[in-house]
Amino acid sequence: MSLRKTHELHQRRFGRNIGVALTLAAFIVIIFGLTVVKVTRGDFEPPRGEVQN
Amino acid sequence: MSDASINASTVREDEASFGDYFALLKPRVMSLVVFTALVGLLAAPVPVHPVIGFCAILFIAIGGGASGALNMWWDADIDRVMKRTKGRPIPTGKIQEGEAMAFGLALSGLSVIMLGLATNVFAGAFLAFTIFFYVVVYTMWLKRSTPQNIVIGGAAGAFPPVIGWIAATGSMSVEPWLMFALTFMWTPPHFWALALFMRSDYDDAGVPMLTVTHGRRATRVHILVYTALLALLAVGTAFSDIGGPVYLTVALIMNFLFLRGAWKISRRNEDASEADNFRVERNFFKLSLLYLFLHFGAILAEALLKPYGLGGWG
Repeated sequence: MSLRKTHELHQRRFGRNIGVALTLAAFIVIIFGLTVVKVTRGDFEPPRGEVQN
Repeated sequence: MSDASINASTVREDEASFGDYFALLKPRVMSLVVFTALVGLLAAPVPVHPVIGFCAILFIAIGGGASGALNMWWDADIDRVMKRTKGRPIPTGKIQEGEAMAFGLALSGLSVIMLGLATNVFAGAFLAFTIFFYVVVYTMWLKRSTPQNIVIGGAAGAFPPVIGWIAATGSMSVEPWLMFALTFMWTPPHFWALALFMRSDYDDAGVPMLTVTHGRRATRVHILVYTALLALLAVGTAFSDIGGPVYLTVALIMNFLFLRGAWKISRRNEDASEADNFRVERNFFKLSLLYLFLHFGAILAEALLKPYGLGGWG
Protein backbone atom coordinates (compact mmCIF):
# COMPACT_ATOMS: atom_id res chain seq x y z
CA MET A 1 0.00 0.00 0.00
CA SER A 2 1.75 3.11 -1.14
CA LEU A 3 1.18 6.55 0.24
CA ARG A 4 -0.12 8.91 -2.43
CA LYS A 5 0.18 12.60 -2.74
CA THR A 6 -3.02 14.42 -1.80
CA HIS A 7 -5.09 14.92 -4.90
CA GLU A 8 -6.82 18.26 -5.58
CA LEU A 9 -10.07 16.33 -5.31
CA HIS A 10 -9.28 15.41 -1.71
CA GLN A 11 -9.00 19.09 -0.87
CA ARG A 12 -12.29 19.85 -2.57
CA ARG A 13 -14.06 17.03 -0.72
CA PHE A 14 -12.47 18.14 2.55
CA GLY A 15 -13.77 21.67 1.93
CA ARG A 16 -17.23 20.31 1.22
CA ASN A 17 -17.21 18.21 4.38
CA ILE A 18 -16.11 21.19 6.48
CA GLY A 19 -18.90 23.27 4.89
CA VAL A 20 -21.53 20.63 5.73
CA ALA A 21 -20.18 20.30 9.29
CA LEU A 22 -20.27 24.04 9.88
CA THR A 23 -23.78 24.29 8.41
CA LEU A 24 -25.06 21.52 10.68
CA ALA A 25 -23.35 23.09 13.71
CA ALA A 26 -24.94 26.45 12.88
CA PHE A 27 -28.34 24.77 12.49
CA ILE A 28 -28.00 23.20 15.96
CA VAL A 29 -27.08 26.57 17.50
CA ILE A 30 -30.06 28.24 15.78
CA ILE A 31 -32.55 25.60 16.92
CA PHE A 32 -31.14 25.74 20.47
CA GLY A 33 -31.38 29.56 20.55
CA LEU A 34 -34.91 29.50 19.13
CA THR A 35 -35.99 26.93 21.72
CA VAL A 36 -34.52 28.96 24.59
CA VAL A 37 -36.37 32.10 23.41
CA LYS A 38 -39.66 30.25 22.89
CA VAL A 39 -39.49 28.55 26.29
CA THR A 40 -38.51 31.68 28.22
CA ARG A 41 -41.31 33.67 26.54
CA GLY A 42 -43.81 31.00 27.57
CA ASP A 43 -44.83 30.10 24.01
CA PHE A 44 -45.22 26.45 24.98
CA GLU A 45 -47.25 26.96 28.15
CA PRO A 46 -50.81 25.66 28.04
CA PRO A 47 -53.47 28.39 28.14
CA ARG A 48 -54.53 29.21 31.67
CA GLY A 49 -58.13 28.84 32.72
CA GLU A 50 -59.99 32.04 33.54
CA VAL A 51 -60.95 30.80 37.00
CA GLN A 52 -58.02 29.82 39.18
CA ASN A 53 -58.27 28.05 42.50
CA MET B 1 -6.12 3.77 2.68
CA SER B 2 -8.09 2.59 -0.30
CA ASP B 3 -11.22 4.51 0.77
CA ALA B 4 -9.41 7.81 0.59
CA SER B 5 -7.46 7.11 -2.57
CA ILE B 6 -8.56 8.29 -5.97
CA ASN B 7 -10.11 5.76 -8.32
CA ALA B 8 -9.80 7.30 -11.75
CA SER B 9 -12.69 5.31 -13.21
CA THR B 10 -15.34 6.58 -10.74
CA VAL B 11 -14.14 10.09 -10.05
CA ARG B 12 -15.52 13.16 -11.77
CA GLU B 13 -12.77 15.74 -12.19
CA ASP B 14 -15.38 18.49 -12.04
CA GLU B 15 -16.93 17.28 -8.80
CA ALA B 16 -18.88 20.01 -7.03
CA SER B 17 -17.46 22.04 -4.18
CA PHE B 18 -19.50 23.46 -1.29
CA GLY B 19 -19.64 26.77 -3.16
CA ASP B 20 -21.31 25.10 -6.14
CA TYR B 21 -24.20 23.93 -3.96
CA PHE B 22 -24.44 27.45 -2.54
CA ALA B 23 -24.54 28.83 -6.10
CA LEU B 24 -27.63 26.66 -6.74
CA LEU B 25 -29.46 28.89 -4.25
CA LYS B 26 -28.98 31.97 -6.49
CA PRO B 27 -27.25 34.08 -3.79
CA ARG B 28 -27.87 37.39 -5.58
CA VAL B 29 -31.61 36.80 -5.79
CA MET B 30 -31.47 35.59 -2.19
CA SER B 31 -29.95 38.92 -1.10
CA LEU B 32 -33.00 40.73 -2.55
CA VAL B 33 -35.31 38.26 -0.77
CA VAL B 34 -33.48 38.78 2.54
CA PHE B 35 -33.58 42.56 2.29
CA THR B 36 -37.24 42.92 1.26
CA ALA B 37 -38.40 40.29 3.77
CA LEU B 38 -36.44 42.09 6.51
CA VAL B 39 -38.13 45.37 5.63
CA GLY B 40 -41.54 43.65 5.70
CA LEU B 41 -40.73 42.17 9.11
CA LEU B 42 -39.43 45.42 10.64
CA ALA B 43 -42.09 47.70 9.10
CA ALA B 44 -44.82 45.59 10.75
CA PRO B 45 -46.41 47.27 13.78
CA VAL B 46 -45.66 44.29 16.04
CA PRO B 47 -42.16 44.05 17.61
CA VAL B 48 -40.36 40.76 16.94
CA HIS B 49 -37.80 39.12 19.25
CA PRO B 50 -34.37 39.44 17.52
CA VAL B 51 -33.70 35.68 17.55
CA ILE B 52 -37.13 34.89 16.10
CA GLY B 53 -36.72 37.69 13.54
CA PHE B 54 -33.31 36.32 12.53
CA CYS B 55 -34.72 32.80 12.17
CA ALA B 56 -37.67 34.08 10.14
CA ILE B 57 -35.39 35.87 7.66
CA LEU B 58 -33.02 32.90 7.49
CA PHE B 59 -35.80 30.43 6.67
CA ILE B 60 -37.41 32.78 4.17
CA ALA B 61 -33.96 33.09 2.51
CA ILE B 62 -33.53 29.29 2.48
CA GLY B 63 -37.01 28.95 0.95
CA GLY B 64 -36.04 31.49 -1.73
CA GLY B 65 -32.79 29.62 -2.35
CA ALA B 66 -34.64 26.30 -2.58
CA SER B 67 -36.92 27.66 -5.30
CA GLY B 68 -33.76 28.89 -7.10
CA ALA B 69 -32.33 25.34 -7.01
CA LEU B 70 -35.61 23.88 -8.33
CA ASN B 71 -35.63 26.55 -11.06
CA MET B 72 -32.10 25.53 -12.10
CA TRP B 73 -33.13 21.87 -12.14
CA TRP B 74 -36.13 22.49 -14.41
CA ASP B 75 -34.39 25.04 -16.64
CA ALA B 76 -31.10 23.14 -17.06
CA ASP B 77 -31.75 22.71 -20.79
CA ILE B 78 -32.14 26.44 -21.50
CA ASP B 79 -29.41 27.40 -19.03
CA ARG B 80 -26.97 25.44 -21.22
CA VAL B 81 -27.87 27.63 -24.20
CA MET B 82 -27.92 31.09 -22.65
CA LYS B 83 -24.63 32.97 -22.23
CA ARG B 84 -25.81 34.49 -18.94
CA THR B 85 -26.48 31.08 -17.35
CA LYS B 86 -23.92 28.79 -19.00
CA GLY B 87 -21.61 28.95 -15.99
CA ARG B 88 -24.22 27.67 -13.50
CA PRO B 89 -23.41 24.42 -11.62
CA ILE B 90 -25.71 22.14 -13.70
CA PRO B 91 -24.68 23.33 -17.21
CA THR B 92 -21.01 23.03 -16.23
CA GLY B 93 -21.64 19.43 -15.11
CA LYS B 94 -20.58 19.98 -11.50
CA ILE B 95 -23.99 19.07 -10.11
CA GLN B 96 -26.41 16.55 -11.63
CA GLU B 97 -29.99 17.63 -12.35
CA GLY B 98 -31.43 15.06 -9.93
CA GLU B 99 -29.13 16.29 -7.15
CA ALA B 100 -30.37 19.84 -7.66
CA MET B 101 -33.98 18.69 -7.50
CA ALA B 102 -33.42 16.71 -4.30
CA PHE B 103 -31.48 19.61 -2.76
CA GLY B 104 -34.27 22.07 -3.68
CA LEU B 105 -37.09 19.85 -2.41
CA ALA B 106 -35.29 19.11 0.87
CA LEU B 107 -34.57 22.78 1.53
CA SER B 108 -38.16 23.73 0.58
CA GLY B 109 -39.58 21.33 3.16
CA LEU B 110 -37.06 22.39 5.80
CA SER B 111 -37.63 26.12 5.30
CA VAL B 112 -41.46 25.89 5.32
CA ILE B 113 -41.61 23.71 8.45
CA MET B 114 -38.99 25.76 10.30
CA LEU B 115 -40.61 29.11 9.44
CA GLY B 116 -43.96 27.75 10.59
CA LEU B 117 -42.43 26.59 13.90
CA ALA B 118 -40.33 29.72 14.45
CA THR B 119 -43.13 32.23 13.73
CA ASN B 120 -46.62 31.04 12.80
CA VAL B 121 -48.32 28.51 10.54
CA PHE B 122 -49.70 31.23 8.26
CA ALA B 123 -46.16 32.47 7.43
CA GLY B 124 -44.99 28.90 6.74
CA ALA B 125 -47.97 28.25 4.47
CA PHE B 126 -47.37 31.50 2.59
CA LEU B 127 -43.71 30.59 2.05
CA ALA B 128 -44.86 27.21 0.66
CA PHE B 129 -47.23 29.02 -1.69
CA THR B 130 -44.41 31.34 -2.83
CA ILE B 131 -42.12 28.40 -3.64
CA PHE B 132 -45.00 26.70 -5.50
CA PHE B 133 -45.72 29.91 -7.42
CA TYR B 134 -42.10 30.42 -8.48
CA VAL B 135 -41.36 26.80 -9.38
CA VAL B 136 -44.66 25.56 -10.80
CA VAL B 137 -46.54 28.66 -12.00
CA TYR B 138 -43.55 30.67 -13.24
CA THR B 139 -40.74 28.20 -14.07
CA MET B 140 -42.73 25.20 -15.31
CA TRP B 141 -45.71 26.94 -16.86
CA LEU B 142 -45.46 30.66 -17.71
CA LYS B 143 -41.78 31.10 -18.54
CA ARG B 144 -41.92 29.05 -21.75
CA SER B 145 -45.51 29.75 -22.75
CA THR B 146 -46.23 33.49 -22.63
CA PRO B 147 -44.40 36.80 -23.16
CA GLN B 148 -46.15 37.94 -19.98
CA ASN B 149 -43.92 35.40 -18.14
CA ILE B 150 -42.01 37.87 -16.01
CA VAL B 151 -45.01 40.13 -15.42
CA ILE B 152 -46.97 37.40 -13.64
CA GLY B 153 -43.91 35.47 -12.50
CA GLY B 154 -42.58 38.65 -10.91
CA ALA B 155 -45.17 38.07 -8.19
CA ALA B 156 -43.02 35.27 -6.79
CA GLY B 157 -40.14 37.67 -6.20
CA ALA B 158 -42.52 40.19 -4.67
CA PHE B 159 -43.93 37.93 -1.92
CA PRO B 160 -41.01 38.05 0.61
CA PRO B 161 -42.02 41.37 2.29
CA VAL B 162 -45.54 39.95 2.72
CA ILE B 163 -44.08 36.80 4.32
CA GLY B 164 -41.91 38.97 6.60
CA TRP B 165 -44.97 40.97 7.65
CA ILE B 166 -47.04 37.82 8.32
CA ALA B 167 -44.13 36.31 10.30
CA ALA B 168 -44.25 39.36 12.58
CA THR B 169 -48.02 39.88 12.87
CA GLY B 170 -49.64 36.56 11.97
CA SER B 171 -52.10 38.47 9.77
CA MET B 172 -52.40 40.52 6.57
CA SER B 173 -53.09 44.18 5.93
CA VAL B 174 -52.76 46.70 3.08
CA GLU B 175 -49.17 47.81 3.77
CA PRO B 176 -47.33 44.56 2.90
CA TRP B 177 -49.35 44.40 -0.32
CA LEU B 178 -48.09 47.89 -1.21
CA MET B 179 -44.54 46.55 -0.83
CA PHE B 180 -45.58 43.56 -2.92
CA ALA B 181 -46.99 45.85 -5.62
CA LEU B 182 -43.80 47.92 -5.65
CA THR B 183 -41.62 44.88 -6.45
CA PHE B 184 -44.25 43.40 -8.76
CA MET B 185 -44.44 46.55 -10.93
CA TRP B 186 -40.67 47.02 -10.81
CA THR B 187 -39.87 43.54 -12.16
CA PRO B 188 -41.01 43.95 -15.81
CA PRO B 189 -38.99 47.10 -16.66
CA HIS B 190 -35.99 45.62 -14.83
CA PHE B 191 -36.03 42.36 -16.83
CA TRP B 192 -37.04 43.89 -20.14
CA ALA B 193 -34.06 46.24 -19.96
CA LEU B 194 -31.88 43.16 -19.37
CA ALA B 195 -33.54 41.38 -22.32
CA LEU B 196 -32.78 44.37 -24.56
CA PHE B 197 -29.04 44.25 -24.01
CA MET B 198 -28.72 40.44 -23.69
CA ARG B 199 -30.05 40.44 -27.28
CA SER B 200 -30.24 36.92 -28.74
CA ASP B 201 -29.91 35.03 -25.44
CA TYR B 202 -33.63 34.42 -24.84
CA ASP B 203 -34.21 33.94 -28.57
CA ASP B 204 -31.58 31.17 -28.72
CA ALA B 205 -33.13 29.45 -25.73
CA GLY B 206 -36.66 29.68 -27.15
CA VAL B 207 -37.95 31.65 -24.16
CA PRO B 208 -40.85 33.87 -25.35
CA MET B 209 -39.58 37.12 -23.90
CA LEU B 210 -41.35 40.26 -25.07
CA THR B 211 -38.29 41.18 -27.17
CA VAL B 212 -38.71 37.90 -29.07
CA THR B 213 -42.50 37.76 -29.48
CA HIS B 214 -43.45 41.43 -29.90
CA GLY B 215 -40.17 42.94 -31.01
CA ARG B 216 -37.72 45.33 -29.45
CA ARG B 217 -39.70 48.49 -30.30
CA ALA B 218 -42.76 47.19 -28.37
CA THR B 219 -40.49 46.23 -25.45
CA ARG B 220 -39.17 49.80 -25.23
CA VAL B 221 -42.73 51.16 -25.12
CA HIS B 222 -43.73 48.57 -22.50
CA ILE B 223 -40.81 49.64 -20.31
CA LEU B 224 -42.04 53.26 -20.41
CA VAL B 225 -45.68 52.35 -19.64
CA TYR B 226 -44.79 50.06 -16.73
CA THR B 227 -42.33 52.63 -15.35
CA ALA B 228 -45.03 55.33 -15.42
CA LEU B 229 -47.48 53.05 -13.57
CA LEU B 230 -44.73 52.09 -11.11
CA ALA B 231 -43.96 55.78 -10.44
CA LEU B 232 -47.62 56.48 -9.56
CA LEU B 233 -47.68 53.51 -7.19
CA ALA B 234 -44.29 54.28 -5.63
CA VAL B 235 -45.08 57.93 -4.93
CA GLY B 236 -48.61 57.07 -3.75
CA THR B 237 -47.16 54.62 -1.20
CA ALA B 238 -45.52 57.61 0.51
CA PHE B 239 -48.94 58.57 1.91
CA SER B 240 -49.67 55.17 3.45
CA ASP B 241 -48.74 53.96 6.95
CA ILE B 242 -45.34 52.69 5.76
CA GLY B 243 -44.49 56.00 4.01
CA GLY B 244 -43.35 59.34 5.34
CA PRO B 245 -41.18 62.35 4.43
CA VAL B 246 -37.98 60.30 3.99
CA TYR B 247 -39.74 57.84 1.71
CA LEU B 248 -41.47 60.61 -0.24
CA THR B 249 -38.14 62.36 -0.91
CA VAL B 250 -36.51 59.13 -2.10
CA ALA B 251 -39.54 58.22 -4.22
CA LEU B 252 -39.68 61.61 -5.94
CA ILE B 253 -35.97 61.60 -6.84
CA MET B 254 -35.73 57.96 -7.88
CA ASN B 255 -38.94 57.95 -9.90
CA PHE B 256 -37.87 61.08 -11.74
CA LEU B 257 -34.56 59.38 -12.68
CA PHE B 258 -36.26 56.09 -13.52
CA LEU B 259 -38.88 57.76 -15.71
CA ARG B 260 -36.17 59.75 -17.48
CA GLY B 261 -34.27 56.51 -18.19
CA ALA B 262 -37.41 54.78 -19.49
CA TRP B 263 -38.21 57.80 -21.67
CA LYS B 264 -34.68 57.68 -23.16
CA ILE B 265 -35.05 53.93 -23.84
CA SER B 266 -38.39 54.47 -25.57
CA ARG B 267 -36.92 57.17 -27.83
CA ARG B 268 -33.90 55.15 -28.96
CA ASN B 269 -33.69 52.89 -31.97
CA GLU B 270 -31.57 49.77 -32.39
CA ASP B 271 -28.85 51.52 -34.40
CA ALA B 272 -28.23 54.06 -31.65
CA SER B 273 -28.23 51.29 -29.02
CA GLU B 274 -25.81 49.12 -31.00
CA ALA B 275 -23.53 52.11 -31.54
CA ASP B 276 -22.88 52.64 -27.83
CA ASN B 277 -23.30 48.96 -26.83
CA PHE B 278 -26.66 49.59 -25.08
CA ARG B 279 -25.25 52.17 -22.66
CA VAL B 280 -28.66 53.68 -21.82
CA GLU B 281 -30.29 50.25 -21.34
CA ARG B 282 -27.41 49.03 -19.17
CA ASN B 283 -27.54 52.21 -17.05
CA PHE B 284 -31.32 51.81 -16.66
CA PHE B 285 -30.80 48.22 -15.47
CA LYS B 286 -28.21 49.34 -12.91
CA LEU B 287 -30.48 52.18 -11.80
CA SER B 288 -33.35 49.71 -11.34
CA LEU B 289 -31.31 47.82 -8.71
CA LEU B 290 -30.61 51.04 -6.82
CA TYR B 291 -34.27 52.08 -7.25
CA LEU B 292 -35.66 49.06 -5.40
CA PHE B 293 -32.94 49.10 -2.75
CA LEU B 294 -33.55 52.77 -1.92
CA HIS B 295 -37.35 52.46 -1.83
CA PHE B 296 -37.22 49.55 0.61
CA GLY B 297 -34.38 51.28 2.48
CA ALA B 298 -36.63 54.33 2.91
CA ILE B 299 -39.53 52.17 4.20
CA LEU B 300 -37.07 50.64 6.67
CA ALA B 301 -35.81 54.09 7.71
CA GLU B 302 -39.39 55.26 8.36
CA ALA B 303 -40.03 52.15 10.50
CA LEU B 304 -36.80 52.56 12.48
CA LEU B 305 -37.46 56.27 13.08
CA LYS B 306 -41.01 55.70 14.39
CA PRO B 307 -40.01 54.82 17.99
CA TYR B 308 -38.32 58.24 18.18
CA GLY B 309 -41.41 60.03 16.93
CA LEU B 310 -39.76 60.87 13.60
CA GLY B 311 -40.99 58.26 11.13
CA GLY B 312 -44.22 58.49 9.14
CA TRP B 313 -46.50 61.52 8.92
CA GLY B 314 -46.68 62.07 12.67
